[in-house]
Amino acid sequence: MQPFTTLTGNVAPLDRANVDTDQIIPKQFLKRIERTGFGQFLFFDWRFLPDGSPDPAFELNQPIRQGASILLARRNFGCGSSREHAPWALADYGFRSVIAPTFADIFFNNCFQNGMVPVKLDESDVEELFRRAAAAEAAGQAYRLTVDLQTCLVHDDGGFSRSFTVDPFRRHCLLEGLDNIGLSLKHVDQITAWENAHDLAPLQGGAT
Amino acid sequence: MPAPRTLLDKIWDDHLVCSPDGEQPLIYIDRHLVHEVTSAQAFEGLRVAGRRVRRPEATFATPDHNIPTTDRSLPIADPISKQQIDTLRANCREFGIRLFDLGDADQGIVHVIGPELGITQPGMTIVCGDSHTATHGALGALAFGIGTSEVEHVLAAQTLRQSKPKSFEVRVEGELYPGVTAKDLVLYIIGRLTTEGGAGYVIEYTGPCIRRLGMEERMTVCNMSIEAGARAGMIAPDRITFDYLRGRDLVPKDFDRAVARWETLPSDAGARYDRSETFSGGDVVPQVTWGTNPAQVVGVDATVPDPASMTDPSDRSSAARALEYMGLQAGTPIAAIPIDRVFIGSCTNSRIEDLRAAAGVVRGHQVASRVRAMVVPGSGRVKRQAEAEGLDRVFTAAGFEWREAGCSMCLGMNPDTLAPGERCASTSNRNFEGRQGKGGRTHLVSPAMAAAAAVTGHFTDIRQWRYH
Ligand code: SF4
Repeated sequence: MQPFTTLTGNVAPLDRANVDTDQIIPKQFLKRIERTGFGQFLFFDWRFLPDGSPDPAFELNQPIRQGASILLARRNFGCGSSREHAPWALADYGFRSVIAPTFADIFFNNCFQNGMVPVKLDESDVEELFRRAAAAEAAGQAYRLTVDLQTCLVHDDGGFSRSFTVDPFRRHCLLEGLDNIGLSLKHVDQITAWENAHDLAPLQGGAT
Repeated sequence: MPAPRTLLDKIWDDHLVCSPDGEQPLIYIDRHLVHEVTSAQAFEGLRVAGRRVRRPEATFATPDHNIPTTDRSLPIADPISKQQIDTLRANCREFGIRLFDLGDADQGIVHVIGPELGITQPGMTIVCGDSHTATHGALGALAFGIGTSEVEHVLAAQTLRQSKPKSFEVRVEGELYPGVTAKDLVLYIIGRLTTEGGAGYVIEYTGPCIRRLGMEERMTVCNMSIEAGARAGMIAPDRITFDYLRGRDLVPKDFDRAVARWETLPSDAGARYDRSETFSGGDVVPQVTWGTNPAQVVGVDATVPDPASMTDPSDRSSAARALEYMGLQAGTPIAAIPIDRVFIGSCTNSRIEDLRAAAGVVRGHQVASRVRAMVVPGSGRVKRQAEAEGLDRVFTAAGFEWREAGCSMCLGMNPDTLAPGERCASTSNRNFEGRQGKGGRTHLVSPAMAAAAAVTGHFTDIRQWRYH
């Protein structure tokens, strides 16, 4: 996995709550059997008009937001289906962090498996970030933020600085870019011990 | 004396493999269900790393999400869908996993066949790369959806990294009035908890109203826990659970011994939950969603709400956006909304009792001329059972299409989709924008309510239905 230490990048504000994984990556694009190549389909139904051209009204299609690596959204981001295609699509498009007041659990987990940092901030702090992004863009500039996983701080160079919390183990795995499965398999003796201590026969079943 | 424990505590304690310093705990996974859409990348990961599946016999696979529900003897028309299903077949062969393939008598929606075959049992930990895995919690299991990286992890290590979730007791007193179903109850609960009210929790549904529900109704309730943001929903096993399981294919040979073990699972008296809410079954009327998330729901006797009356700014803007997408005006009576399509199916409501309820409404009636209606049984077994009871003929005589088992129009990955602007009464679980087809408008309802809407062409209060 790609390690994540600190990221400074442009912010793309997406002023919507309950952004579900069906919107992040619509189901017609779940047929690929690879993990890559999903970025072109990110937010497909919002991003493109029926004739296939980009919808100029959609938030992420604003020229100033091109190349953004931090997505800013409202609460309950990533609700709905468990599809890991959602973080794959966000990452493939270029996002490495999403900031929102709350996230759906499965999406939140899936981010960590893909070198992405989901950052939970207070609703009022998220509101402040939306304000700062709007002000910067009104002045013709993309809003820039730094997400620092080493210090667990989100800050800009205009005085905004907030700490966020991450599970220490997940933070460690992200900072080091560790292979989660390899790490778990180091405990194989305990897994075997658990199996030996439990009667697995009922699991085999076979009443007929 | 040991502290009283909840059902969740007991399953958690029993499955904790180790909790090494500075790491998330590892819990053992008893059963892993696999389908075609979220597994290919996981198997590929195993191959690349040279890993094997630790316990192939604990893993079961079936194609369901992306398959046609028309004639199974024809080849799959969409080459990419076909590749995904061929890939599942090849992976199951290579790694020694039991597959209930297309054309197999027991194929079906993964959450329908798990309980049906006795794969799902009380006290187990069960995962699947699908968020509606909570369905299996209805039998007293801890069951939840995972992402594809976690699918790979479970295949390789038969365990999962998890921090212990918080517990949430949703207690339902009283009982449901006639015509009010488990679907209405769970939609009502989601409407009150909101789509994120359950985030971080495992819900245990308790109380007399829940205990009265049959096994399949309990599955409907647990199935939709994720729509309130909870990863899992569970109901303590009891006589109804054991009677349902007895004699199923994959249950323990010594069934009575298993029952004795399962009887120790229900939460102890005085066990503490991190959060509790109480509802009354008698407050629930038949529900219809009006928006683009399942918490945007009202009773069939209500009107479409006015966003301007909402105090929370985020609720207000979501509601306004939803009404625009849904093509609805605030103040319109729900019963005055005309529909174009009806879908009876999905892991929420495609079991035999659901089909019986819908057929009971339809019997002796005709589908309204402007409506196209479809029934998609949850599994091959459900389909055969329904046909043995003559339900298929009730549906087809009324003008419904009768299909093969699969997810179908619940997510519209296969050719079953809504056209832009089409409005559907659906027994599925998600009314998100575009869920059933780009521009499609989904209203979630119970099977009986969907059947009634098919006949009248608009939402209709099932409590006033004239049965033939
Ligand atoms: S029926 Fe719908 S919700 Fe259920 S598993 Fe299939 S796609 Fe998912």
